[in-house]
Amino acid sequence: MLQAYVFIAILLIASLVFAVTPLLMAFVIRPKRPNPVKNATYECGLEFESFPEEARPVWVPFRVQYYVYALVFVIFDIETVFLYPWAVAYSQLGLYALAEMFLFVAILVFGLAYAWRKGALEWV
Amino acid sequence: MAETVTYGAFFLLSAVVLISALAVVLLRNVLHSALALIATFFAVAGIYVLLEAEFLAAVQVLIYVGAVAVLMLFAIMLTQRIVDRGARVTNEQVLLAALVALALFAAVLAPVAWNAAWNVSQEPVIPEAIRELGLQLVTTYALPFEVAAVLLLVALVGAIIMARET
Repeated sequence: MLQAYVFIAILLIASLVFAVTPLLMAFVIRPKRPNPVKNATYECGLEFESFPEEARPVWVPFRVQYYVYALVFVIFDIETVFLYPWAVAYSQLGLYALAEMFLFVAILVFGLAYAWRKGALEWV
Repeated sequence: MAETVTYGAFFLLSAVVLISALAVVLLRNVLHSALALIATFFAVAGIYVLLEAEFLAAVQVLIYVGAVAVLMLFAIMLTQRIVDRGARVTNEQVLLAALVALALFAAVLAPVAWNAAWNVSQEPVIPEAIRELGLQLVTTYALPFEVAAVLLLVALVGAIIMARET
């Protein structure tokens, strides 16, 4: 059973190598001639110095309303934990189990509808 | 051969757990600490896989790497000035705290870990434990399963009400 995870391990290592190699190669072969203009902070071609005063701080706190997204995500993340073993056993389960899962999801859809209705999913 | 690979994987994962856990405590930027914590959670999931606790590994990735990490990152990004360069992550008693932690480890944790007679279960690992869990979930434990949905619903509604009040 553990053998199946060897492929995941290989995939993990391959993805790491795939991501790190270009960075390392760029670090090794790039010419290093820094000057103040090159080192200046910019975004999409705009110079940082030309930003309006209120846009200067970059580590601004997010609006608290975004936290609702995180909380809704957590709830449906936990729902997935219940769906997973059910899906694995699905081929051995009958109509009754399907109805049970529909009830389970329906109860949570009610919560999603509530969140929607209360405008918790609105972009603020 | 398989034994060697398992041991190698265990030591590699343990190293990742220890190094990233140390990074959580020692990094200066609290956001970097949170990212290091995600690495810790992920490596712990790998150790669960080695213990043939596949479902636990999946839950670890879903709940800890997914949900808990997201909550923590949001909490950091919502907090004022927490990632400022000027924000301090330690106080004057950092050396004393390290000493106390080390002493406690040497006096309590290490002897227990070394001397305790750990019971190793002789039961074989249940093959396809997740399938068995799925079967039990909708037959024997059908009611707790549906109650869990209600609990999640209450948590969701409560979270929205509390978040909207602020």
